[in-house]
Amino acid sequence: MTTHYLVLSALLFSIGGVGVLVRRNAIVVFMCVELMLNACNLAFVTFARQNGNLDGQIIAFFVMIVAAAEVVIGLAIIVTIFRTRRSASVDDASLLKY
Amino acid sequence: MGESITFWVLAVVSVTAALGLVFSRRAVYSALMLGVVMFSLAVLYAVQDAPFLAAVQIIVYTGAVMMLFLFVLMLVGVDSSDSLVETIRGQRFWAIVAGLAFAALLGLGIGNAVLSAPKGLATANQAGNVPSLAELIFTRHVFAFEVTSALLITAALGAMVLAHRERSEPKPTQKDLSRARFVRFGQLGRNPGPLPGPGTYARHNAIDMPALLPDGSVSPLSVNRVVARYEAAEGTLPPEVERILQEEAVSERTNGQTARPLGEEDGK
Repeated sequence: MTTHYLVLSALLFSIGGVGVLVRRNAIVVFMCVELMLNACNLAFVTFARQNGNLDGQIIAFFVMIVAAAEVVIGLAIIVTIFRTRRSASVDDASLLKY
Repeated sequence: MGESITFWVLAVVSVTAALGLVFSRRAVYSALMLGVVMFSLAVLYAVQDAPFLAAVQIIVYTGAVMMLFLFVLMLVGVDSSDSLVETIRGQRFWAIVAGLAFAALLGLGIGNAVLSAPKGLATANQAGNVPSLAELIFTRHVFAFEVTSALLITAALGAMVLAHRERSEPKPTQKDLSRARFVRFGQLGRNPGPLPGPGTYARHNAIDMPALLPDGSVSPLSVNRVVARYEAAEGTLPPEVERILQEEAVSERTNGQTARPLGEEDGK
């Protein structure tokens, strides 16, 4: 059963990675990052059961806290960028390129 | 047996929802799909002897984080769908190839690993899942826990600093606003009063029905622009409203009064 959970986690992580590469809307890119974090948490919880101790669950808990903080700051940055550039597309924030 | 049924159902649901998250055009659908994934992961945690994490997953992710996402979506980009033009040629194709390759790599690694039967959490959870976790968090990981609280406070402060905007001019009073409205009326002939309501109760039950003017023609001011845009995309907009909105758009473009936000289409 452990293998099944790990494969599911790997699949979700890869789908999230593809989403980050493919999508342009900054908010959707952000959601894909969240999906990747969730996939990692599933792997941590699975390993906690595999190894018979709670360390995996603890680190999954800390990952959730960091993800919550990250969402708050990331969305605040997206709102700020939207306010100045009137667009939430990651392609439009390209001033550093030139 | 029960666990494997739960697993297979939720695995199919969550992978489908994850694909929907990546490939749906509208950002709101993506957000809902993400909610489905998070919820099924919460159930999977519960199945794997992690009831505390399942509860936290639902409260923090499907509760707080999803709310935040939807809130920002409503604030920022509900009607901004992704452009299909590729900035880098072949990016989409190669991204999908890379994703498949990465999944295959991970799958091979997992397949090669030799795993014994899972030890299970029966001994570790002997005192209950929450007390055991609490004991670990407040003894062995107490420093990380303290640092986390600092992190959360910093994040809250940072969000406030980022979202705050200093007002550079005094707030216009009602008097100022009213004056500006009548100046517009005098110079451009814009209606100084409030917009007419839609013809909801007059002819139909929906908010997209335009109100009728005394001579029986349609009042374009009464149509909500966002609703009209959605309906135009789906082809259910009443033809007279569509004609009027198109005329309006043409006249706006020729007058050079476009209120289009900067960098939306004319950037590239």
